[in-house]
Amino acid sequence: MSSTLLAPAILDELRSVVDPRGLLTARDELRTYECDGLTNFRVAPGAVALPVSTEQVQALVRICHRARIPFVARGAGTGLSGGALPTAGGLLISLARMNRILEVDLPNARVVVEPGVINQEVTAKIAHARYFYAPDPSSQSVCSIGGNVAENSGGAHCLKYGFTTTHVLALEVVLPDGSLVHIGKKTPDAPGFDLPGIFVGSEGTLGIATRITLRIVKRPECIQTLLAAFHSTNEAGAAVSGIIAAGMLPAAIELMDNLAIHAAEAAVHAHYPDCGGLLLVELDGPEAEVRALMEQVGQICRDHGAWEIRVAQTETERTLVWKGRKAAFASVGRISPNYLVQDGVIPRTMLPEVLNEIERMGAESGLRVANVFHAGDGNLHPLVLYDSRIPGQESAAMAVSEKILELCIEKGGSITGEHGVGVEKKHMMSKMFAEPDLQTMQRVRCAFDPLQLSNPAKIFPRPRLCGERAGEYKPHSVEVAGLAERF
Amino acid sequence: MDFLHGLRVVEPANEQEVSAALLCANRDGLAVIPRGGGTKLDWGNPPARAGLILSTARLNRIIEHAWADLTVTVEAGCTVADLQHALAIRGQRLALDALWPERATVGGILSVNDSGALRLTYGGLRDLIIGITLVLADGTIARSGGKVVKNVAGYDLPKLATGALGTLGVITQAIFRLHPLPRNTRTLTLDCADIDSAQALLLTLQGSNVAHTALQVRLGGSMAPKMDILLEGTDAGMEAQEARIRGLARVTLIEKGDTSIWRAREELTAGGAFSKLSVLPANIATTVSAIERTGDPEWYAVFYANGIGWLSLNAPLNELRVEVEAGGGSLFVLRRSPAQARMDTWGETGDALPLMRAIKSQFDPNGTLNPGRFAGGI
Repeated sequence: MSSTLLAPAILDELRSVVDPRGLLTARDELRTYECDGLTNFRVAPGAVALPVSTEQVQALVRICHRARIPFVARGAGTGLSGGALPTAGGLLISLARMNRILEVDLPNARVVVEPGVINQEVTAKIAHARYFYAPDPSSQSVCSIGGNVAENSGGAHCLKYGFTTTHVLALEVVLPDGSLVHIGKKTPDAPGFDLPGIFVGSEGTLGIATRITLRIVKRPECIQTLLAAFHSTNEAGAAVSGIIAAGMLPAAIELMDNLAIHAAEAAVHAHYPDCGGLLLVELDGPEAEVRALMEQVGQICRDHGAWEIRVAQTETERTLVWKGRKAAFASVGRISPNYLVQDGVIPRTMLPEVLNEIERMGAESGLRVANVFHAGDGNLHPLVLYDSRIPGQESAAMAVSEKILELCIEKGGSITGEHGVGVEKKHMMSKMFAEPDLQTMQRVRCAFDPLQLSNPAKIFPRPRLCGERAGEYKPHSVEVAGLAERF
Repeated sequence: MDFLHGLRVVEPANEQEVSAALLCANRDGLAVIPRGGGTKLDWGNPPARAGLILSTARLNRIIEHAWADLTVTVEAGCTVADLQHALAIRGQRLALDALWPERATVGGILSVNDSGALRLTYGGLRDLIIGITLVLADGTIARSGGKVVKNVAGYDLPKLATGALGTLGVITQAIFRLHPLPRNTRTLTLDCADIDSAQALLLTLQGSNVAHTALQVRLGGSMAPKMDILLEGTDAGMEAQEARIRGLARVTLIEKGDTSIWRAREELTAGGAFSKLSVLPANIATTVSAIERTGDPEWYAVFYANGIGWLSLNAPLNELRVEVEAGGGSLFVLRRSPAQARMDTWGETGDALPLMRAIKSQFDPNGTLNPGRFAGGI
């Protein structure tokens, strides 16, 4: 039985664009797509289309535009803010079948990919030449580049290497009216506005990227990862400040608290020391440089109370260390039936007081909170543990989660460092920004998508009315009178 | 800059005054030319209209240097040199080598998206700016981004305003991520036989695991290429890298250069006409051939390893632009010679121009801000 709200004539039209297996309408098939990695929000789409080419994406979007059907693009569906949550009765466009790596240009360190390519596949393709694609979200083995572009994904190593936006040079984009534009260039500083800069991280609200030119990075000569065990997260946090104050820019600095360590141990046996605060510092670069700096990092950690320090030297040791950290979210499932993960950011120096406050909030609500952070850039991932079978726990967990974000705003930070606002945090946007700020951002939305069909009802708590004349240029009266020209 | 002659100048003391001034100008149909240090007022096309100069000279405070968080909040009219001096007290810097830092302002370098040799390692302004306050033509004061380095809440307006030449709004405040000043630096300079060997060495070094901070090639109609390489870090690290560079370069004569050569593009821009190029790193040699084909022997250029170059040349540039754009690059005519007088500054914007116009129309529907100076007549 079909669950669709889309008219049969529209479905036929959509079906004629893609191959017979490229349009899903059966209820059990649609269920797979009713949520992304944020599973407590679920909406069944009207239909799911799986295009294989830019032309097909364009044709699908044109139909949506003409019939005023909202559409949502989806990559691998690993997002944690509901960015790929479908619109009821709308079209979900999955880019999973557009998964080719189209071009590898090593001399210029560029790779051109389709949006469905998996993050880790980019690095796999160029690893033989000792290059890598730097943004490394924890889900990198399954998440797609198109999704990374939408969310401006970060990862542990963005402290040194930057985010997705740092590594996207150009995009081919299907605009919400079905037209095709090419923004940015293979070379930096394309004439005109920095459209890749505004498109990356726009959470699918400005159109659908169908081709993406990425910058790749030469693998450093030497990579070392230090593991330091502290009695508390406060001590570990102070060591982070010490490292930064010493003028170093590590490739990554990660911090885990005791609960997170236990979860990671239970799941992947990374052989982490059982401690109050575990610090993971990765340095990379020329070998002589890394060795000299690693000694200093070790000393700073000892000065701040580290009672055990290990340096992973081999690739196997490093992989194991990282496996524990990257599995941290999922492994919390070993110690709690349910959990909420947050993504707040604070100025790094606020770390100790914010951690204490989070602990207090958890205790007050009777819930446990595990903490994993990208400590170098102040990006917190508190995991609020709860049991949905116990009445009231889920709402209590959501309340704690929200209080943590309010705390981040109060300390001068942000409600999201890399997961995106999506549907989950849009009501928090008015706490972080004033209305004129949000209205100004939405002027961009009106330029790209005046009908607001592309991933509607995401990011912004209140949509802006774009007006009928949106997108048209209104000449100044002097020009109308022929007194001046634009060019 | 004849078009600015005799124009009234407003110097607001705070963003509310900027807002009020823009509101009035926008209502009365006066086109506004924002001005920082006035070093780049001739960049871009001549404005279609000009009624008022809005100077950020009094908006020159450093609001907060959160040194332990490696961020700074600074007003747009602060000069780059003043900012860098203040940051240096805490051993930090905005990791960007801007043109004419003594006079250029934060708002000015953002508006033209200026960058130098350090961009290879630290990125451009788009990668260093984390927050912005923008005053729109209708007086709206809008903040975007914030004080933290990692932040994806809302659209990235700091990037949209960077390089927009003031056509979307007047930047009144910016927040940057900072970097520590390097412990030590070392500049190596080596002679290359010709541009082909310089090109080959550049690609070899870029593809090696030498972690140089910056690399530039200087050359001209009457000057064989010289390559400068900047190393930063510990003495042990730099020593090892220098040895590796010597091995890869296969030249024995490497001089320890002085740091002033990293201001080479400033010298280049002192002599009249100049342009900025952005080409693929592997296309630098072919670009140099195209420069030579203009037939004008009086040229001088600096190319950075990322393919961004600065060229001093008086000959017409139309054919060079065609060739550069065909290779995926861009050529910006920033200060024109008489032979270049009619050239558009920006070149081809491609199929994205209607979208850019739509954005302009949303932010500044009356065309109040810098009308006609930007790409595609925006």
